Amino acid sequence: MIEHLELFFKSIFIDNMVFAVFLGMCSYLAVSKKVATAVGLGAAVIFVLAITVPLNWLLDQYLLQPGALSWLDPKYGIGGAEEMDLGFLSFIMFIATIATMVQLVEIVVEKFSPSLYNSLGIFLPLIAVNCAILGGSLFMQSREIETLGLALNYGVSSGIGWFLAILAIAAIREKIRYSNVPAPLRGLGITFIITGLMGIGFLSFGGMLTGGDEEGEPSTEPSAQIEHIETEKEAKKLADNTKTVE
Amino acid sequence: MGLLSKKDANLIIDPLTDNNPITIQVLGICSALAITAELKASLVMGIAVLFVLGVGNVVISLMRNIIPSKIRIIVQLIVVATLVIIVDQVLKAFAFELSKTLSVFIGLIITNCIIMGRFEAFALGNGPWKSFLDGIGNSLGYAVILIIVGFFRELLGSGTLFGIPVLGDPIEKTGVYASGYENNGFMLMPPMALIIVGLIIWVQRSRNKDLIED
Repeated sequence: MIEHLELFFKSIFIDNMVFAVFLGMCSYLAVSKKVATAVGLGAAVIFVLAITVPLNWLLDQYLLQPGALSWLDPKYGIGGAEEMDLGFLSFIMFIATIATMVQLVEIVVEKFSPSLYNSLGIFLPLIAVNCAILGGSLFMQSREIETLGLALNYGVSSGIGWFLAILAIAAIREKIRYSNVPAPLRGLGITFIITGLMGIGFLSFGGMLTGGDEEGEPSTEPSAQIEHIETEKEAKKLADNTKTVE
Repeated sequence: MGLLSKKDANLIIDPLTDNNPITIQVLGICSALAITAELKASLVMGIAVLFVLGVGNVVISLMRNIIPSKIRIIVQLIVVATLVIIVDQVLKAFAFELSKTLSVFIGLIITNCIIMGRFEAFALGNGPWKSFLDGIGNSLGYAVILIIVGFFRELLGSGTLFGIPVLGDPIEKTGVYASGYENNGFMLMPPMALIIVGLIIWVQRSRNKDLIED
């Protein structure tokens, strides 16, 4: 349970799809002029991620991992006689499932809920090539998410993170239409800068899940690592200096 | 020189400034920002996109008359995915460290909107040679922005370029560091890439008033 909650909050705030890894920026910038359309696109992204990430997890687990084909015949497993690693097919398989699922979802929604289709409809085909969707599956694979439940959790929470981001920027863009932005910055330029500032704000969530640890993990962020290396070197220099004095 | 006619030469030059895929067409932003903390990574990403877009444009252009319209997105995705798998395997074989830095972003070239965008806008309606030039031009325009952002981020963030210290040694306090300068570690954080691109857009639109949005 804790694992699930941790992953949920981590994916929304710390590894936010827009502010930490910049996925889905193209549609994020293009669709964020009004809050209403942003909400529609955000909801569609959550929906598609929730479906495709678990599906791709199953594919990854039973087909693409090294030795994953052991359910077919033990000789294909790790250490078996004909060990198989189909990992290089990941990209094409993931994008194929995403494109198919999006097409399926579009057909189903059109048939069973025409009103929903009319409000979401134009965004669904666009989403198949949204890097946030493929990114969700690829990060699920590279971070080695362990169970199907966690994969579903990851899909939904990454979607919510993206939804939060596009909602916020749409609201801000609606308001700054009445501000005096310098002409060359108007539109795209100021949106980039605002998104950067929002990203800086979201960095503040970085300490959220490490509080309470007895021994905090050394941070992997570059600046912290540079500091770490520098202090190590200084300590070593001091130690060397004291040796030569003897 | 008669190698490239004026119109063909424009296919390469326009995307470098006036029709830049990132700052004007607003495509390909995702991968442009996340990996630019090191100049080397930016350069390699630029080369990868050059290969995928150049070859992909030619392939789609050669097939343009036989692709049924209803499944053209799927065909495009398959062509791009295959080319990206090739790039990924080559990188893993010859530059393993770099492929670890670039990790999933090589895979994300598949959904890089520049590639699909140019397929739809150009390759599906033009011949192979012109499509090749268009692909080269747009990927050069993309690479230019990546290199500029990577240059500033690496220089101001770690004082190095391509991993070589150019401002002096921060520990020994030589060079610029002797007068109290410190590396701006913040430049290595993702949000700064967004702000730098915003500034590039500002400069570009100040120089060319036609591009200013209403």
